[in-house]
Amino acid sequence: MISIAVAHGLILAAILFVLGLIGLLVRRNIVFILMSIEIMFNAAGVAFVLGGSRWMQADGQVMFIFILAVAAAELSIGLALILQIYQRTKTLDTNALSKMRG
Amino acid sequence: MEIAFYIAALVAIVSTIMVITRLHAVHALLYLILSLLAVAIIFFVIGAPFIAALEVIIYAGAIMVLFVFVVMMLNLGKAAVEQENQWLSAKSWLGPGIVAVILIAELLYILLSLQSARPEGTIIGPKEVGTSLFRVYIIGVELSAMLLLAGIVGAYHLGKRKKQTLHRFMTGEVE
Repeated sequence: MISIAVAHGLILAAILFVLGLIGLLVRRNIVFILMSIEIMFNAAGVAFVLGGSRWMQADGQVMFIFILAVAAAELSIGLALILQIYQRTKTLDTNALSKMRG
Repeated sequence: MEIAFYIAALVAIVSTIMVITRLHAVHALLYLILSLLAVAIIFFVIGAPFIAALEVIIYAGAIMVLFVFVVMMLNLGKAAVEQENQWLSAKSWLGPGIVAVILIAELLYILLSLQSARPEGTIIGPKEVGTSLFRVYIIGVELSAMLLLAGIVGAYHLGKRKKQTLHRFMTGEVE
């Protein structure tokens, strides 16, 4: 029915992952960093589903559901942390946060 | 069906590029939702309709709405946009950008040199996924349930505003 080369799907996943990585490295606003992490999660999910569809197994989709759960938990904690950081320092700059004496 | 895959892939890549270059957080979020919807189309095309529905409902629906709410609560103004503009100067992103482009070129070369076409596609529906999820991967379901519980407790604890006692009889929230 559909005959897309697996390589093309993997290339898409790789491009999305690298774009997320670039965003993570370049941006200094903590909200954008969290968004880039979501992009990378999603790219990993694309690779998993593609692998599952290549071998005609449901395992890839099961892994995507786990990725979804992990992303939801990570994002809720991350957003709560962002709110706390903003209330305390009135900025979202990660450089300003490095002045925290840990 | 093949053309749908390529168009959706193009939309996903372009909108992801827009996400990491926008200055305004809400614009970036809207592009991110667009990118997730494009990925959902890709899932549908490669024969995973259940995952496509989950991507739209949970990722683009629930998780991104949570993101939008928090960005609205932060209420970032024009000053934040100017600061971002200042940070996104060419000399700050050129170095990591070039290295990342080299990496992706290498990866593309490796992936293109291994040509393996997918066999005739079959659609893997919710039934197979559910059977596999609750039979083979039941321990994973339990572990992710514990993870989500920890997430709930952590988000509640972190999101709580600290009450400051000014006086014995004057208790009020800070800000």
